[in-house]
Amino acid sequence: MGAGEGYPTPAGRPTCQMMDDILFARTQMGISLGFHIVFAAIGIAMPLLMVISEALWLKTKDREYLELTKAWAKGSAVLIAIGAASGTVLSFELGLLFPEFMKHAGGIIGIPFGLEGFAFFAEAIFIGIYLFGWNRVPPRWHLASGVIVAFAGALSAVFVITTNAWMNAPRGFRYENGEFSDIDPWVAMTTPYGVHEIIHMLVAAYLATGILVAAIHGFILLRHPESTVHRKAFGMAMAMAIPMAIVQPFVGDVASRQVARYQPLKLAAMESQYKTEARAPLRIGGFPSHEGRSTSYAIEIPGFLSFLAHGDADAVVRGLEEWPEEDWPPVVVHYAFQLMVALGLLMFALALWGGIHWVLKKRLPPSRAFLWCTVIAGPMGMAAIEFGWIVTEVGRQPWVIYEVMRTADAVTPMPGLITPLIVTCVVYAFLSVAVIVVLYRQVRIGPGIPPALRAQEA
Amino acid sequence: MVLAWTVAIIILVAMIVYALLGGADFGAGVWDLLASGPRARKQRDLVALSIGPVWEANHVWLIVIVVILFTCFPPAFSVLMTALHVPVALALVGILARAASYVFRNYDVLGDKVQARWSLVFSVASIITPILLGVVVGAVSTGRIRVAPEENFRVLTGYFAPWVHPFPFAVGLFTLALFAFLAAVYMTRETADPALQEDFRNRALLAQGAVVVFGVIAAFVSRLGEHEPFHQTLLSGTWSWLFFAAACAAAIVSTALLVTRRYRLGRIVAGAEVTAVVAGWGVAQAPFFIAPDVTIENAVGPSVTLRLIVIILAVGSVTLLPSLYWLYRVFKREPAFEQMRRERTTGEL
Repeated sequence: MGAGEGYPTPAGRPTCQMMDDILFARTQMGISLGFHIVFAAIGIAMPLLMVISEALWLKTKDREYLELTKAWAKGSAVLIAIGAASGTVLSFELGLLFPEFMKHAGGIIGIPFGLEGFAFFAEAIFIGIYLFGWNRVPPRWHLASGVIVAFAGALSAVFVITTNAWMNAPRGFRYENGEFSDIDPWVAMTTPYGVHEIIHMLVAAYLATGILVAAIHGFILLRHPESTVHRKAFGMAMAMAIPMAIVQPFVGDVASRQVARYQPLKLAAMESQYKTEARAPLRIGGFPSHEGRSTSYAIEIPGFLSFLAHGDADAVVRGLEEWPEEDWPPVVVHYAFQLMVALGLLMFALALWGGIHWVLKKRLPPSRAFLWCTVIAGPMGMAAIEFGWIVTEVGRQPWVIYEVMRTADAVTPMPGLITPLIVTCVVYAFLSVAVIVVLYRQVRIGPGIPPALRAQEA
Repeated sequence: MVLAWTVAIIILVAMIVYALLGGADFGAGVWDLLASGPRARKQRDLVALSIGPVWEANHVWLIVIVVILFTCFPPAFSVLMTALHVPVALALVGILARAASYVFRNYDVLGDKVQARWSLVFSVASIITPILLGVVVGAVSTGRIRVAPEENFRVLTGYFAPWVHPFPFAVGLFTLALFAFLAAVYMTRETADPALQEDFRNRALLAQGAVVVFGVIAAFVSRLGEHEPFHQTLLSGTWSWLFFAAACAAAIVSTALLVTRRYRLGRIVAGAEVTAVVAGWGVAQAPFFIAPDVTIENAVGPSVTLRLIVIILAVGSVTLLPSLYWLYRVFKREPAFEQMRRERTTGEL
């Protein structure tokens, strides 16, 4: 089946332009998602840190916890607002770029979006009370508002990921001759593919945010080792990141087995497994070539892929060769997967170091080396999330609803999609820079910085 | 079909609430741009602090509208996003710019120069976005978007012709005037400072004038639309006249209340005025989503989905409405501006 088949074409429009427009639309969606996911992850995890710190303030009456809570709340206010707005953009963009998809998917999988709306509503209401209600509601209610924000953020993610899981493992309808019938939204939203995706992403959100926050406070600690506020902040953030980093490789293992089960083609692309074979090797690194149908310069561990995917080193792993080449996802899936795993393992190693030290000595390693390693690991969590979503989403191509509807058939008939793509790039690039500048300036005047420096900044 | 109409009415109600709450937040941006006189700085602070605690929640109504639309009337959403790609995309840039500049303005280091720059982005985005949202509403009523429902709702018209037209823009400006009016009226109840109240009372009266002017213009240019039934029902339907009369009555009463400085009641009647306008539009628009080809009945999605959505909305409201009530009770029952401003300067907020 050609990529353009079923594509609603106004007469006389050349095919190559259509192919370009599909690529532009996919790129725009990818950039919008890639931007939003960072803020979404922070929106899930940051409120949890905030309420832990506030609970400690209420319990110990140590003012440093209060200062820290307020500093974190200010940062969260900025990041959550941008997450909310970029999320709004996404919900419209689904229709702007892929109206054919929404025309059919809306009725089948719209329900989780509706539920997400409620979670988002709760988050928005209580973040207002949390940020502005310090002197207006009793302390316990204030803390409770924060807890609701933290819980609702996670719940939003659960619902949104449910829709993504359905796109990867669709069910709850019958599809014949381009018609969807026998629609059952409940079956659609309980697709078994959702479980591992949700857990993997929630763990990733707490891990990535924790390690990023720890890195920022760790960086300040390197310059001001005496700061007790930043010591506390570093400890709390690591307490969130370390268990998540230790758990994540195991969750990832479950996830890859689910991919093997539901999307063997995607697994083959992730591992650049071209041939169907027993005792398939696990490839580390390497450069896959669709033309040569092989991967060069990879380190191969015999039988290990078979073991990871099917729990048996002699099991047969299906290679890309089993599917027509036009259905293969791009090779970038392989690189993104390798990078995600590598970053996950680096953070796992750091977490083991910190975790073992904590178990044995009841405190994190006090050395500067540990702080430096954490600072270096800071952006790794967010990068791993980006790579992970590239694996999920680019790995789903060329399908928008896996093995049901092609992305090419879902794209808008509007020509000139390069223009919105450029606007998207410019807006998000500008916003990214602005957010970093604003947060940097917030940290500069935040708690625990010697007043001299603060005066300089003001 | 009862189900489809129920959900359509829910969408209209959500639109009314969005206009009353989210609309006023946009309108506040107008007064940020037009802040003037000896209290200009204070006016800007009032704008920022009065929308601060509620704007995120108010914004969610837009998401509610979109989600219900694409879940329950998927083809209507797809046609809308295809035919009106350009104004919708521009409105999204506005929404993003407004949100970002608002939080940057509020949470960045308090330096006057930087703040003024973000303030400008905030106000410009707050003005452009409601105009574009109004353009979208106007465009679905003009009848210039043509669709072939029998061919899987293929859009037949272009990407500019349906909305680059006097009527959608008249509706856009009318929307902006309404939102600015609402915001100014609300502001009179946000502060206890009589001088600041007076500033916003005058602004509210000015905006009320703009509402009337743009309302009349929009009614006149609606004749230019290609969709006969819309301007006929808008201008001659019994129900339309009822809503029209209600809106006029509310406008007269709200003006009188502003003139006599009775702000508490003024806020309620101003809300009634906007409610009557949006509801009146909805009644004139029915049964069309996108006149004249996409209707509530031909665009409806699977009934099992609609039933679930109605149940979810009912159950969700039980927890959500009390939460919303609490939010507004905490921040909006009595003027909170002076205290919040003090907290801000001492760094408590």
